[in-house]
Amino acid sequence: MIENDVPYMKRTRDFYRAQGYDKDYKWAHYDDVPFHHLQKPLRECKVAVVTTAMPDTEAGRAQRQVHSCPSQPTPDSMYTDELSWHKAMTHTNDVASFLPLTQLKRCEEEGLIGELAERFHSIPTEYSQRNTMENDAPEILARCQQDTVDVVILVPL
Amino acid sequence: MSLLARHLENNGIITLIIGSAIDIVEHCGAPRYLHNDFPLGNPCGAPYDEAMQHEIIKQGLTLIEEADQARTIQRNSYRWKDDAWRKDYALIDDSNREELRLRGERRRQQQIDDKAAGNSRAAMISET
Repeated sequence: MIENDVPYMKRTRDFYRAQGYDKDYKWAHYDDVPFHHLQKPLRECKVAVVTTAMPDTEAGRAQRQVHSCPSQPTPDSMYTDELSWHKAMTHTNDVASFLPLTQLKRCEEEGLIGELAERFHSIPTEYSQRNTMENDAPEILARCQQDTVDVVILVPL
Repeated sequence: MSLLARHLENNGIITLIIGSAIDIVEHCGAPRYLHNDFPLGNPCGAPYDEAMQHEIIKQGLTLIEEADQARTIQRNSYRWKDDAWRKDYALIDDSNREELRLRGERRRQQQIDDKAAGNSRAAMISET
């Protein structure tokens, strides 16, 4: 972080306290970070996208779980009301501002990536890190493996 | 999202996070991160600015190609139209202190109701 960066962890802690929560949320923290080198040129890779926005459907609005949708055509809207984006300052009406499917399709056409994966995935933001690690992350891994994805771009709102 | 990136990377899938909350990603530790210094909500570029959005994704792809170690972080050079949002996010002052307290009470009751209904998955608190 540098001086001008917004301290989101501190702001969130203070916001919880202001709502009467006496136990601070503990963000995950690791000293070791996994890293794999690209095994082939990006122009040969299949790229998938994961978002924290839910599909703008009855199921997406009602069920906080992993959802997968076709990457094309790009959805006109996504359900973002429950997420902690900065509602007083911006909006999420332009899906491409947080879900880079249109951009990646163009990158595919320009030969920068091999192809955009046939579907993208929604993962719910979770208070419980255990739910993420034991349920949602393995589910998204399985779906990416099923789609033979090489690269995943993850975009939290 | 950092937890998911770590899980995918541990299983051989290359990952890049594009986001706007650098402190959270740094704290957890992610393989590659492209930071867009915008209000939360538009990590891929300003709404309806297709040129910016395309440039940002191309920066992300370059980062994927060039990163050679974990915790590779890059900041793009785009700036929001002003800086008012920096202090505004989750602002707490006398104008909303009581409202927040009441909201917390309502939320705790909702959590009790959800649990009774068998729905145990709780979202993070929203700031608005």
